[in-house]
Amino acid sequence: MSGQTPWQTVGPYFHYALPWKGGADLVEGKGEAGARMDLLPDGHYTLNPNDQPRGAAKGAVVTITGTLFDGDGVPIPDGFVELWQANAAGRYDSPDDTRVEVALDQDFIGFGRAATDADGVFTIRTVKPGRVPGPGNSLQAPHIAISVMARGIIKRMVSRIYFADEPSNGEDPILDLVPADRRATLLAVPAGEGKYLFDIRLQGEGETVFFDI
Amino acid sequence: MTLILPYNREEEGAHPALLSPDYKSTVKRSPHQPLISIPQTLTELTGPAGRWDRLMGPALADLTKVGKGEAIGQRIVVSGRVLDEDGRPVPNTIVEVWQANAAGRYIHKKDQWNAPLDPNFTGSGRVITDDQGRYRFLTISPGAYPWGNHYNAWRPAHIHFSLMGPAFATRLVTQMYFPGDPLIPLDPIANAVPAAALPRMISRFDIETTQEAFALSFIFDIVLRGRDATPMED
Ligand SMILES: [Fe+3]
Repeated sequence: MSGQTPWQTVGPYFHYALPWKGGADLVEGKGEAGARMDLLPDGHYTLNPNDQPRGAAKGAVVTITGTLFDGDGVPIPDGFVELWQANAAGRYDSPDDTRVEVALDQDFIGFGRAATDADGVFTIRTVKPGRVPGPGNSLQAPHIAISVMARGIIKRMVSRIYFADEPSNGEDPILDLVPADRRATLLAVPAGEGKYLFDIRLQGEGETVFFDI
Repeated sequence: MTLILPYNREEEGAHPALLSPDYKSTVKRSPHQPLISIPQTLTELTGPAGRWDRLMGPALADLTKVGKGEAIGQRIVVSGRVLDEDGRPVPNTIVEVWQANAAGRYIHKKDQWNAPLDPNFTGSGRVITDDQGRYRFLTISPGAYPWGNHYNAWRPAHIHFSLMGPAFATRLVTQMYFPGDPLIPLDPIANAVPAAALPRMISRFDIETTQEAFALSFIFDIVLRGRDATPMED
């Protein structure tokens, strides 16, 4: 037995190492979504050249936008949100999801990163995930697992994005563990055709629920 | 029904507290409410594997030759193994690194410290561990740099490491330090980690793998969460 290597902050300068071009567009990996090219001098981008042809993922496309706020309500321009989710059918593109009866989507991986911009805003384009099994015989409501990291966050903060207009939220075994008066912090709110708003508050009034996993 | 082995929880006494006031930026960026403990579901027990190249493009293991010329500074080999808590290798997982140049300056536009930039050094790389959990980078020894946390604050030389491991639950971002660095005992970020676990972030110099007339070698093994011994029926 040897001990776990300790967590440390990503600090302020992760932008040319972690978020890649198209990393916040889980549907087609298009454009510069999620990257902060404005912070990288010309010629120093070494990640995905974004030139691999790729089809569009199956499912209902959703765009989720939000602002990352600190305890004073000030937007955080040097953070990012990392995403992990099932495809539209409810299957994870992972060797550890062995449910062959639920189809994989060769155009959907379900992992992404969205850096916040100069105003602390992040934008994610993805497909609404299907339902996946929970503990016992339960079924979870559609959700996206997120890790929030930034300068000043010394250890990632884990949360989930659910969809406020999703009827199955009421039977979700994880939401059920969250005090009723704080559940709204985990719900992305509909804002027009395929659009959702999901702000993240690290501290204080309306503080987002964070999980210990 | 699938038999799912959950991962161990965060080891007590190994990790920094989210609120670590000596590192001032944590004061407004850490939660007031306690974390809510949830069971590890299929969501936390899965992660993308074998898809890294498609997501992020090809590997980059030699950070010294990304420009037209060679990067300036002391060449070092940084290598090691990614293991779980039982010493088993973690294969096929992504290891991402980023660092300052030899003068302690990041190529990042927000880094305005008055030290020279090296046009031939970006300081970021990424590789996938092999079947023994091994990884290896060739890079330049990073310089220390000042920061605004307190009077005369200097970060010890370090390389940022980001690892996924097999699942969402095994995610780790850490920093690798160098043996004998006098700045380590003064650094609020390193010392936010309990003293007993801090040495786990310090690499060791290795003469065996140091390359004759070419590069010094530092070894840094990384330990991710292992599997819980008690299986759980899903
Ligand atoms: Fe740094």
